[in-house]
Amino acid sequence: MSSRHKISAGWSSLWVIRGHLSHRTYLLFALTGMLLPLAAWWGLSVSGWMDKVFMPGPLEVLSRAYTWFKEDDLMQDIWISTYRVIAGFSLSAVLAIPIGLMIGTYRPVQAMLEPLTDFIRYMPAVAFIPLVMLWVGIDESSKIAIIFIGTFFQMILMVAEDVRRVPITQIEAAQTMGANRGEIVSLVIVQSAKPALLDTLRVTMGWAWTYLVVAELVAANSGLGYSILRAQRFMQTDKIFAGIILIGLIGLAIDQFFRWLHRKNFPWLYKK
Amino acid sequence: MDTKISIEKAGKTFGDGERGIVALLDVSLEIGSNEFVTFVGASGCGKSTLLRCIGGLETLSSGSIKVDGAEISGPGVGRAMVFQHYSLYPWLTVMENIKFSRLLRIGREDLTSSDVEAASGRADALLNLMGLTHVRDAYPNQLSGGMQQRVAIARALLPRPQILLMDEPFGALDAQTREVMHDMILHVSKLEKTTIVFVTHDVEEAIYLGQRVVVMAPRPGRIDSIYEVDLPQKRDQDMKLAPGFLQQKKAILTRIRETAGMHTDYELLERMTRQAEQQNDMR
Repeated sequence: MSSRHKISAGWSSLWVIRGHLSHRTYLLFALTGMLLPLAAWWGLSVSGWMDKVFMPGPLEVLSRAYTWFKEDDLMQDIWISTYRVIAGFSLSAVLAIPIGLMIGTYRPVQAMLEPLTDFIRYMPAVAFIPLVMLWVGIDESSKIAIIFIGTFFQMILMVAEDVRRVPITQIEAAQTMGANRGEIVSLVIVQSAKPALLDTLRVTMGWAWTYLVVAELVAANSGLGYSILRAQRFMQTDKIFAGIILIGLIGLAIDQFFRWLHRKNFPWLYKK
Repeated sequence: MDTKISIEKAGKTFGDGERGIVALLDVSLEIGSNEFVTFVGASGCGKSTLLRCIGGLETLSSGSIKVDGAEISGPGVGRAMVFQHYSLYPWLTVMENIKFSRLLRIGREDLTSSDVEAASGRADALLNLMGLTHVRDAYPNQLSGGMQQRVAIARALLPRPQILLMDEPFGALDAQTREVMHDMILHVSKLEKTTIVFVTHDVEEAIYLGQRVVVMAPRPGRIDSIYEVDLPQKRDQDMKLAPGFLQQKKAILTRIRETAGMHTDYELLERMTRQAEQQNDMR
């Protein structure tokens, strides 16, 4: 009786709004969330409801990934795709961070660039592909250019917003201590916005992968996105699955890397 | 007493033309060296605006503010400011926050190594004075609100400012912490010989801390009246219960209420209560 009461109290305590979860319970729920879809997928594939050609099971996908690795140069595909993403993303970050910083700091720059950026970012990046191919050709730079177009304008606006979120009192405190403009930007605004900027980079990195696949579907003869497209032509659904899951895993790894950087670089946010 | 700050016919208008809001109108006041002046008043009376003008964070629309006879233009190291909150740098430790002004070019000019040594000695002394030694390497978000304000005050005091401007610095603290902070800031004022201009909405705080309490009135923001505080130099929490203190508190509160142009409509409240009672009776 009492143990049953305890269990039900434990169960309902899980559903406290914005409640707390022990580390173990958290892991349990996270694993369930990951394994349940996997089990459903596996169940669906062995049930025979769907043709194996359209719905390969987890084991088929795994073995296809293995032959891809052994015979089809999977590592080369991963490398070239990762290279494109990092190149396009870095180019975009290197330009967007200073521009966003200026927009968020100086009103004339904001007035001049923000409405323009707002306008351009609503133009679909994908629609630029034909133009990019005409201008840049079909070599590496066109893929990098598409990733750049897809992330750059969004990134500017997000960086500007991060910079604007720096509390004005932090800036004014520096002013009353005698800081000049350059010192306020470098010692206060940039330092204060850094954690938010890293989060912005993490989020836009995800978008860069999306645009990579778009770019490779349209204009490439290598890479993960291209392999997915070619697999469709040969009805290799297991390879399509493998490619999609691989991109997901790489994305997850990069995301975790950014989170690790965050914890490493901004210890004050994690000490309570 | 020498005049430290002299405010002459200071005026400040936000926005322009018909829709401009007059935040300050013809404000004139002289503040003495090592004086502790407190400002109170209903919201919109311009007390914070005036403080920000003295700090150089806002520019006057008319009139002038002079410090030691020289008209101010923009912020200056001699006038430190303490804000209500969010002014500490969360990425720096307590000690690094206190030493922040040492990172600035202005603090490094023409410094000899003995100056630098003296400055770190001062940082340690301030850390001690504020009772922060044990949290020296902590980050601001690990501290309570009261401790955070101590850090902010120590940081402001590091370059030995002659004037300390405080904008409701204890407004977000609980009553007990505030009392401790009051005695601390009085101690600092005596020790550092700083002129302190202190804005608050708490009349009791204003009387307890100030040698003079300046009451400001809104629409347009102006000085309404000035009260000399008749308390012994050495303050004591029990003084807050003395008849003279309470009398002055009542006088100032009444004056603020009169200038605020806001009053409780007792007739309306009574009518509403009667209606509610009638409805209850009908049920």
